[in-house]
Amino acid sequence: MDAAKYLFNYLIFPGFLFTAVVGLLATWVDRKVTARVHWRVGPPWYQPFADTVKLLGKEVIVPAGARATGFLIAPVVGLAAATLASAILWMANLYPSSSFVGDSIVVLYIMTIPAISMIIGASASGNPLGILGAAREMKLLFAYELPLVIIMLTTVVKVGSFSFEEILGYQSANGIMLGSVSGVIAFIVAIFCAQAKCTMIPFDIPEAETELAGGTHIEYSGAPLAVVKLNMGIMFFVMPIFIITMFWGGVSFAGLRILTTILKYVAIITIMILIKNTNPRVRIDQAVRFFWGPMLVLSIIALILAVLGY
Amino acid sequence: MVKKIPIGPFHPVLEEPEFFELHVDGENVVDIDITIGWSHRGIELLSESKTWDQVPFLVERVCGICSCSHPYAYVKAVEDLLQVEVPKRAQFIRIIIAELERLHSHLLWTGLAGHFIGYNTVFMWCWKYREPLLDILEAVTGNRNHYAMMRIGGVRRDIPLEEYGNIRKMLDSLWEKNDLITNAIVDDPVIHARTKTVGIFNKDQCRLYGALGPTARAGGYDVDARRDHPIDAYGELDFDVIVCENGDVFDKAVVRQLENFEAIKIIRQCLDRLEEMGPMKDDSELCIEIGEIPPGEGIGVYEAPRGEVLHYIRSNGKNTPMRHKIRAPSFNNILTNEASVPGNTVADAGLITAAVDPCYSCTERVGRVDVNSGERYVLSEGDLIRLSAEKTEEIRRQLGK
Repeated sequence: MDAAKYLFNYLIFPGFLFTAVVGLLATWVDRKVTARVHWRVGPPWYQPFADTVKLLGKEVIVPAGARATGFLIAPVVGLAAATLASAILWMANLYPSSSFVGDSIVVLYIMTIPAISMIIGASASGNPLGILGAAREMKLLFAYELPLVIIMLTTVVKVGSFSFEEILGYQSANGIMLGSVSGVIAFIVAIFCAQAKCTMIPFDIPEAETELAGGTHIEYSGAPLAVVKLNMGIMFFVMPIFIITMFWGGVSFAGLRILTTILKYVAIITIMILIKNTNPRVRIDQAVRFFWGPMLVLSIIALILAVLGY
Repeated sequence: MVKKIPIGPFHPVLEEPEFFELHVDGENVVDIDITIGWSHRGIELLSESKTWDQVPFLVERVCGICSCSHPYAYVKAVEDLLQVEVPKRAQFIRIIIAELERLHSHLLWTGLAGHFIGYNTVFMWCWKYREPLLDILEAVTGNRNHYAMMRIGGVRRDIPLEEYGNIRKMLDSLWEKNDLITNAIVDDPVIHARTKTVGIFNKDQCRLYGALGPTARAGGYDVDARRDHPIDAYGELDFDVIVCENGDVFDKAVVRQLENFEAIKIIRQCLDRLEEMGPMKDDSELCIEIGEIPPGEGIGVYEAPRGEVLHYIRSNGKNTPMRHKIRAPSFNNILTNEASVPGNTVADAGLITAAVDPCYSCTERVGRVDVNSGERYVLSEGDLIRLSAEKTEEIRRQLGK
């Protein structure tokens, strides 16, 4: 019985199906808002779904120079990891009793796997541009993970626990993290880290269509490309939810709180989309300097403030 | 370890086929190979089979963006051969069309440059502001591009008096928009980080490579055919030649943006002069009668948006040019990448190659094919025909027919 329940949680709600649908809808919001900023019309709401279905029906081409196994398995590994992160995060939010010790560490760890899977997939593709994209993805991963971990610690220091249950319980009892100085600083850093994690401009360096013609994605076609795109949609959903859980009191489907949940999520992705549309792409060295410079300093300040109780 | 990264022949950063092979060490570019010749069209030879009056329509198709500069240089070359002066009204109309073209070309480039650094908002906004300009060109000439206004001895049609107001209104709003874009570029710290000290091409290198147009002026090499070899009424007009110092991508963008203001000034002066002349009385104000083209040769030079374009024609008294030679500025400018790209990163390479505003189709005149398989060889036309025939044969065999 337990196995069936876990399977349902992982595959239907709040796992794969739910995450994928909301993630794809979020990418539609991204495309629509971007289009409006550009004075374009933008696609209809079902466009990301139509794209996915269309890609699933297309021919899969494995380049002659590629290692087929690694090349094809990588996106699936990424998808499984992103789904798992989403499932754990939502279960902890909706049913706090399902939270376990250190699940925030697990989610943080699992959320790096989609990026790592892209590194593996791109390296296996044998394409020089793909390999360059993989190298950039790796540098970017090192760059943004450091401040991300430190700002996560600001919450952990305050709460005194790594589990989502305690973090959410603390926030509902003592007010959200965003109400404190350290929380606000951490939130700002988290938005930039989310931007990099979703490889959105100004940190879409690994893909950089006008430099690397797609970079890590360059050789993917058909169903694997659909999975890669789905991955990005899911990460665009999971990462803001993670930030909301850590700093903004979590998400809920109970009564009116469903409305605030949606508002919180839309607020975060709107900020991300606006950052995306008002900035050019930076170079990888500038990105690393940005995350290991100002962002690291800010996150350490936030951590010190949190330790001091602000 | 040095690896080779291809940019092209087909790449999102290139609107037309061109091949840059970057030799990279990690992210740093240490060397670049440039291979041109992917869209050879044989326009010079074609031109020798067209009558004198048909050639402007052909050279208009050399490039979709410089579709006024090439005919302008060509008709100046023929008029140089004939030693004739065109009517004043035609001179101003020519300059108006040519400067409108410079405006839309520079706006197009700024938008593309934004796209290349991933700033799609700049891309879309620039192109939106460019639309009214193209509408005006359509209202005045009948076409958004390929205006077909140039004609040996004058222009093909008058600009109606009632259009002057529309052109002025469009110029006023464009001045504001151009101001907005220029300030956005100059003030944005991220654009500074992406473009300053990137792809530097200095004055000495400009001389060495024969760089032209904004590429040269950004590097401090003060060259502008409109001022240096004034044609038509350019000598009577008041305008500045914009010159920067550093020669990086930022300066190339600034030069183009500031040149837009100069272009607007020039058009306003031309409109003033045309208004003084009043409405057109008869067709002789538009174009003088041209009879037979005598034997001889002529050179026409005009400052296209990308730099000086030169047309040389030779006549043997027949009704077609005997030789027509085109030297487009991109031919010089594309080669400047050899000096400006190495030392930068892969991320900048696409931007730098695009910063010369390359117009590949006007550059193509080499029938050589390089194959990137470690070895390089040259295929003759006969080889290509043979290879093509063999491939057809092979496909036929595979299909079992």
